[in-house]
Amino acid sequence: MASSGLKIAIVGGGLAGLAAAMKIAEAGHEVDMISVVPVKRSHSVCAQGGINGAVNTKGEGDSPAKHLDDTVYGGDFLANQPPVKRMTDMAPAIINLFDRMGVPFSRTNEGLMDFRRFGGTLHHRTAFAGASTGQQLLYALDEQVRKWEVGGSVTKYEGWEMLSLVLDDHQVCRGLIAMNLQTLELKSFAADAVIMATGGPGLIFGKSTNSMTCTGSAVSACYQQGAKYANGEFIQVHPTSIPGEDKLRLMSESARGEGGRVWVPRDPMDARKPKDIPEAERRYFLEEKYPAYGNLVPRDIATREIFQVCLEGNGVGGENQVYLDLTHIPAETLTRKLGAILEIYEMFVGDDPRFVPMRIFPGVHYSMGGLWVDYEQRTNIPGLFAAGECDYSIHGANRLGANSLLSCVYGGFVAAPAAIEYGKNVERGSSESNGIHAAELKRQQEINDSIIKSEGGENQYKLHEELGKVMTDNVTVVRYNDRLQATDDKIRELQERFTKISVNDSNLWATQAVPHARQLKNMFELARVITLGALNRNESRGAHYKPDFPDRDDENFMKSTIAEYSAEAPVLSYEAIDVSLVEPRKRDYSSSKKAKS
Amino acid sequence: MTTNAHVEKKRLENPPATIKFKIQRREKEGAAAHWETFEIPYRRNLNVISALMDIRKNPVTIEGKATTPPVWDMSCLEQVCGICTMVIDGRVRQSCSALVDDLLLASGGDTVSLAPMSKFPNVRDLKVDRSKMFEHLKKVEAWIELDGSYDLGPGPAISNETAQERYALSRCMTCGCCLEACPQYGDDNYIGPQAIGQARLFNMHPVGKTTIDNRLNGLLDDDGIGNCGNAQNCVQVCPMSVPLTKAIYETNRDITVNALFGWLKK
Repeated sequence: MASSGLKIAIVGGGLAGLAAAMKIAEAGHEVDMISVVPVKRSHSVCAQGGINGAVNTKGEGDSPAKHLDDTVYGGDFLANQPPVKRMTDMAPAIINLFDRMGVPFSRTNEGLMDFRRFGGTLHHRTAFAGASTGQQLLYALDEQVRKWEVGGSVTKYEGWEMLSLVLDDHQVCRGLIAMNLQTLELKSFAADAVIMATGGPGLIFGKSTNSMTCTGSAVSACYQQGAKYANGEFIQVHPTSIPGEDKLRLMSESARGEGGRVWVPRDPMDARKPKDIPEAERRYFLEEKYPAYGNLVPRDIATREIFQVCLEGNGVGGENQVYLDLTHIPAETLTRKLGAILEIYEMFVGDDPRFVPMRIFPGVHYSMGGLWVDYEQRTNIPGLFAAGECDYSIHGANRLGANSLLSCVYGGFVAAPAAIEYGKNVERGSSESNGIHAAELKRQQEINDSIIKSEGGENQYKLHEELGKVMTDNVTVVRYNDRLQATDDKIRELQERFTKISVNDSNLWATQAVPHARQLKNMFELARVITLGALNRNESRGAHYKPDFPDRDDENFMKSTIAEYSAEAPVLSYEAIDVSLVEPRKRDYSSSKKAKS
Repeated sequence: MTTNAHVEKKRLENPPATIKFKIQRREKEGAAAHWETFEIPYRRNLNVISALMDIRKNPVTIEGKATTPPVWDMSCLEQVCGICTMVIDGRVRQSCSALVDDLLLASGGDTVSLAPMSKFPNVRDLKVDRSKMFEHLKKVEAWIELDGSYDLGPGPAISNETAQERYALSRCMTCGCCLEACPQYGDDNYIGPQAIGQARLFNMHPVGKTTIDNRLNGLLDDDGIGNCGNAQNCVQVCPMSVPLTKAIYETNRDITVNALFGWLKK
């Protein structure tokens, strides 16, 4: 590498991190890539349905402007609109690029990319590779970055977990500290800029659709060192997941995109097999209430409807489950279009969804909130950038299906040149020689040492379970202020008990106990941001729903929540958003938008 | 899900009250291995990961001896990241999708055995180091050569049939099942079916074809494709049904064609 090249550290090797790495390497600079798992195993692999972009190959008159409108409308007007516009404008080029990289997208008869419909739009806008599109997009970037790795410009540190940023006396980010998960060795990584691309914090809710790596720990560390965290209270609960003891497995929205219908028997205790229940005795409650969008209403709406039906005792068998039915579609078509996700259901539940309706229930899925960034993916800490699910910038109060893969790549593609631009202009200083790296390394080593020595008898896995339960019970689909306050009290109790944990592993080689303890400690801090953000937002908007404040309140709350760390409690403030492109209007999915405007 | 007819799954009747997990333990690479047995209450639809999480919370053996928590890798828990692969009741597979009911139904007993894969360095307990598999991908240049990542419009038109075939190859999650089961793979003597499948994935692409020589050359070394003994274990254990033996056959054919007609290019 040329000596004039910059060194940029990227934390996280999912779609956003790899997208940024490719762009930085292509621009002739060096990347240190830090990832808790081999990057090819990142959580992006779990994304199933597809990636949105108004390529408009179906003669429907689709356009990036309509994609922008669907996204900000679906997000219930909480996103700054200029970056959303930039993303939807860039989307067709992003999809075309993945096509050139060799992603085996499903094709039309002419051999062109095929597109399917997804929630919150009336257009066929979603490119897909079977039903494992995230896996396929991640692999494409993994392959490109491997080429740069062979060329020497990308160095991967797989099996390393970021613990903290290295900040100089002026709060400028000069690198980071990471821990080798095999040896517990700590190492400082000096960098001209750091890009966070660590994904979401689903594990704060115990069980979610997220991978076990999605703790939000590294982002929480940034927050505790002064990075602003925005819109934490906006947590997407996916309408259709498969409950399990270890996790909630996602049943992709593409099941409904391909014609899947949600229903319950009119008599919840109907003992007949679902296929023996006649149409007249079924309640297709989404189709009844939302004739225009039907089963493809946005996720927050579908989730609340399913949740409500079950809460009223009308779930299948009176339990927390409704049918998601594909059995009216030919088995061969289902295998071709949805094979991968139907296999997941069959594998874990035992029923073949091509012949038996699936039983599903909502599950925590995605964080719309994340590190605050400006329109160039810059956080408030100079030298620190963020991209993908760990930044807050695109999805507002609710994310539309198949927009997450897009926002990951977009974020990486914007963060990379912004980080390069920053790196070229920043005064290098003597950050390595003035001891800030050594000082931070020492601070982190001391935290490790204290965890290893701790012998109070509390079980960290038990504490995590308690955190997950209280968060899932009180900070998901329906929120009440008294319960949110009680949740914050509970989190503080757990934080107190955490100081008395015993690490139950005397063998520190490749131990999971020390990393888990550090992750858990950071999860508590983000849990408070999510809970108190929800407590203070007295309105209902997108995924955030309070029966005591059922309406959207644009006058007081069409604003981003900004949380800043203090030892006492997160300090919350509100920032006006830019709605200069699409005028805010009430969301209504019972009729098509065209009819109204 | 290979047929289009509905076959109802056989389910475990009369499950035991508790289940035992016999786990191979190793303190670190190079240390001696030993076995420990744990017992947990039976629950319906339990998978091996849930059982391991249970044991990790309170690691006490069946003899009542407190021990260290078993270490294993896990991430997606949906059998798409490949990380949680191990040898379960003698068969290599992902522990997330290994349902205890099915295991007991197959064995007829109340004990499940867990061991690390044997073809990779054993880091600790059930955790192994598969970095070699990613090195294989470098050797076969498993990528498309792009002019650049800027906007140049869509890629070439590809028939849906070819796209489907490539998709099947592209589902490989680098889990290592095929290498564990391959009688030829081990001691660096054979690159194995995983890398051959990925070479084939890119050789099938209209643009990938332009660098087919590099990929085929990567498979002609001493550890190359010639070491395949045609045992066909790989395709049987592959959890993603990647058509590995077909890829090996087609790649061999490409090599022959290249050897015969390669001089035309010179």
